[in-house]
Amino acid sequence: MNPLLQIDDLRLRYPGGGFRRRLPEVLKGVSLHIEAGETLGLVGESGSGKTTVGRAVLGLAQATGGTITFEGQDITHLPAGRNRGDAREIQVVFQDPYTSLTPALQVRGILSEPLIAQGIARSDAERRVSSLLDRVGLPKDSADRFAREFSGGQRQRIAIARALALEPRLIVCDEPVSALDLTTQARVLDLLIELQRNTGVAYLFITHDLAVVRHISHRVAVMYQGEIVETGPAATVTRHPQNDYTKRLLLAAPTADPDAQAERRAARQALRGRAEVPTAS
Amino acid sequence: MSQQLAPPGPDRTAAAPAKRKRRVTRALLRNPMAVGSVVTLAAMTLLCLLAPVITSHDPMYSSVEHVNAPTGTEGWWLGGDAQGRDMWSRLLASIGVSLTAALIGTGVSIVIGVVFGLIAGYVGRAIDSIASWVFNLVLALPTLLILIVLLPVTRGSYQLTMLLLGVMLSPGVYRLVRNMVIGVRRELYIDAAKVAGLSTWRILTRHVFFVVRGPIVIQAAFIATICINVQAGLAFLGVGANTPSFGSMISQAFTNLYGHPVQLLWPTLGLVALTGSLILFANAYRDALAGTTTAARRRSRRAIADVTRHADEAAPAAEKPTGKALLTVQDLSIAYPRPDGSLNEVVHKVSLTVDSGEVVGLVGESGSGKTQTAFAILGLLPHEAVVTAKEASLDGRPLLAMTPAELRKLRGPGVAYIPQEPMSNLDPSFTVGSQLVEALRRTMPRVQARQRVLELLARVGIPDPERTFDSYPHQISGGMAQRVLIAGAVATHPKVLIADEPTTALDVTVQAEILDLLRELQRELKMAVLLVTHNFGVVADLCDRVVVMRDGRDVETGEVRQIFSRPAHEYTKSLIDSILDEETLRTDAPVSKAKEGAR
Repeated sequence: MNPLLQIDDLRLRYPGGGFRRRLPEVLKGVSLHIEAGETLGLVGESGSGKTTVGRAVLGLAQATGGTITFEGQDITHLPAGRNRGDAREIQVVFQDPYTSLTPALQVRGILSEPLIAQGIARSDAERRVSSLLDRVGLPKDSADRFAREFSGGQRQRIAIARALALEPRLIVCDEPVSALDLTTQARVLDLLIELQRNTGVAYLFITHDLAVVRHISHRVAVMYQGEIVETGPAATVTRHPQNDYTKRLLLAAPTADPDAQAERRAARQALRGRAEVPTAS
Repeated sequence: MSQQLAPPGPDRTAAAPAKRKRRVTRALLRNPMAVGSVVTLAAMTLLCLLAPVITSHDPMYSSVEHVNAPTGTEGWWLGGDAQGRDMWSRLLASIGVSLTAALIGTGVSIVIGVVFGLIAGYVGRAIDSIASWVFNLVLALPTLLILIVLLPVTRGSYQLTMLLLGVMLSPGVYRLVRNMVIGVRRELYIDAAKVAGLSTWRILTRHVFFVVRGPIVIQAAFIATICINVQAGLAFLGVGANTPSFGSMISQAFTNLYGHPVQLLWPTLGLVALTGSLILFANAYRDALAGTTTAARRRSRRAIADVTRHADEAAPAAEKPTGKALLTVQDLSIAYPRPDGSLNEVVHKVSLTVDSGEVVGLVGESGSGKTQTAFAILGLLPHEAVVTAKEASLDGRPLLAMTPAELRKLRGPGVAYIPQEPMSNLDPSFTVGSQLVEALRRTMPRVQARQRVLELLARVGIPDPERTFDSYPHQISGGMAQRVLIAGAVATHPKVLIADEPTTALDVTVQAEILDLLRELQRELKMAVLLVTHNFGVVADLCDRVVVMRDGRDVETGEVRQIFSRPAHEYTKSLIDSILDEETLRTDAPVSKAKEGAR
């Protein structure tokens, strides 16, 4: 069976840079796939191109090479917007819950707008709003309030509800919990996992946080400077990494235990010193 | 409510610019300036609409008996002008002409400017270049001259002239709208709307226009005054058809200035009332959008005065240092004035101590007041903040009682600071080196300072100090910028280093290196460090003791191992529990493969 989303040798270079001086390639041949109902964690540091992969899948950035296939259909050059056809089954949850929700509309409007744009009658769309709010664990009266009246975690729930409105098969989650507090972070992750179990939606989960990736991913792909350096089941990649960069990344993340962290620090400094590579505890 | 709880602290970027419409209307109604100007405008409009009923003569009708009739003459209540025409009816007709001129000019410029501004700003690329070029060209044309030169075309009709003027004024609106749209275009909610399959038209009208409409209203009021003044000016010069207007009335009165100066009074008053109320309304509307009114400012100033007075009374007790700790803070409270003038306390009686050579973590979630507390110690809070404490002392010297000059002297050798966003804390228009030298110039000559900075840059692990010294901030990476700021902070051998989320904006691999550097420097210089963070990994890596904050209170203080293994307070427990466990992996299979799966 074909995977839900297949990315082959995706290359991307942003336009601009000036006369005879093009900007460097952001993606240098990225290939990955996502099965239905699965979470692929895409890990990398800033500038690694992980967000650009997500934007290319969403049609917000135009690939300069390679193909993106969604449910057997080539969507590489379909920009986001009204003419995207079935690719609307790909939705998004952005990192920053403060700028990803429009200040112009109440929650009711934010959630019903995508439905109305699909030609669903306004009354039907508004009826769906309360069931969406219910699914993301927000009270019913939230519909009449503006996004700015909510806390970061609640806003992210609204953003998730908006992504769910069109009953997508794939949601691109671009650092959806990075801007949230610890306690909120755990709750939003649990919500995402629960929604996946109930609806069978697949996630392309983009993050820099390895703990978050372990928590939610079935498989993990590690990106470094526009390339995938390692990919595999979450357990293998996060416990027994093969690639040097992955190892460094794992050892660099501080753990919340003073003694374990001291050990990890020593291990990292040893790795940096080009000494014998010890395995992480 | 979260907006009220959030003080204008430096760790908060401004939220969405849009405010609730109802709130703006209410703010306008509370502002006497706004109410006054709207009432004046409405009254003038009403008078001009009722002109046929409340005047007894046509504005053009001239009566020989009433040439220069004094004010109060029967039927000519405001008197007659040099040609014996009724000043009262001419005044009302002038209001009509001015309002029409304003409507035409403003309408045309707003429609043209908004439509092209929205399109150019949103679509960008070629359309933006062409539109901007054309509008810049229009902007470069001499407006008044063109209006006069084109009189043969407009045949003196002020309406046609105003139409032209509207076109000439549209670049201002265009630029305003275009620039705001460019700012909004990159917002994530616009991307989200695209992904949701919304049409460009819908995105423009529902999401983008919302953001620009407030400033457009303000701009429109100003354009209206320009139109009224240009129309009056042209009429004053005698350019154009002979319609009754403020300009022509003033011009006539001018010729009669010595004989009958009162004739100048009526049209001038009318013109001032009209343009004045337009400008005052624009100001009031801007204030309403910004959420401040003079009355509220006055109230809050009074509230602050009350609190500071109380603080002064309590001050003598706080003079003597009690503890032996290097940095002692006891019962520190911070409050901010609300828009309505009352005080909103965001930090409540926080106490902490930092001994010399000790690293203390100040931990909490966003809004817990940890950054506010650190900034209060540094004396960097915005001046409207009201800070009180039983004791706040560094090395036995009270911090809160210090004058700005004393504080300045203390920063550097006493306290130093490392910020969260390294890039925004370097001035983009100066080289890295000159900024660091600048800070040292107080204590040593320039050549020596340069030498010292180069040493420091090498010390903080910058590979090529000379090159970084001569670089501008945009030429170095975030990690390098943070190293530069650390170099600047430790340059004066501070006793206490306050680091506010020093690694939050950095990648994990860079974060690890910066933490290593901080640890080394702390040991080398035997500094005390107050580390503000939300990351328990960073706490575990660096801290000796931890102060946990929640909602502006310190809920627990303890040694780092004890906080992690035996947290006493419920909140600390819940925080430690919500740290994502490194051992837990997701084990359930994707739903398509197995419907059920245990985690």
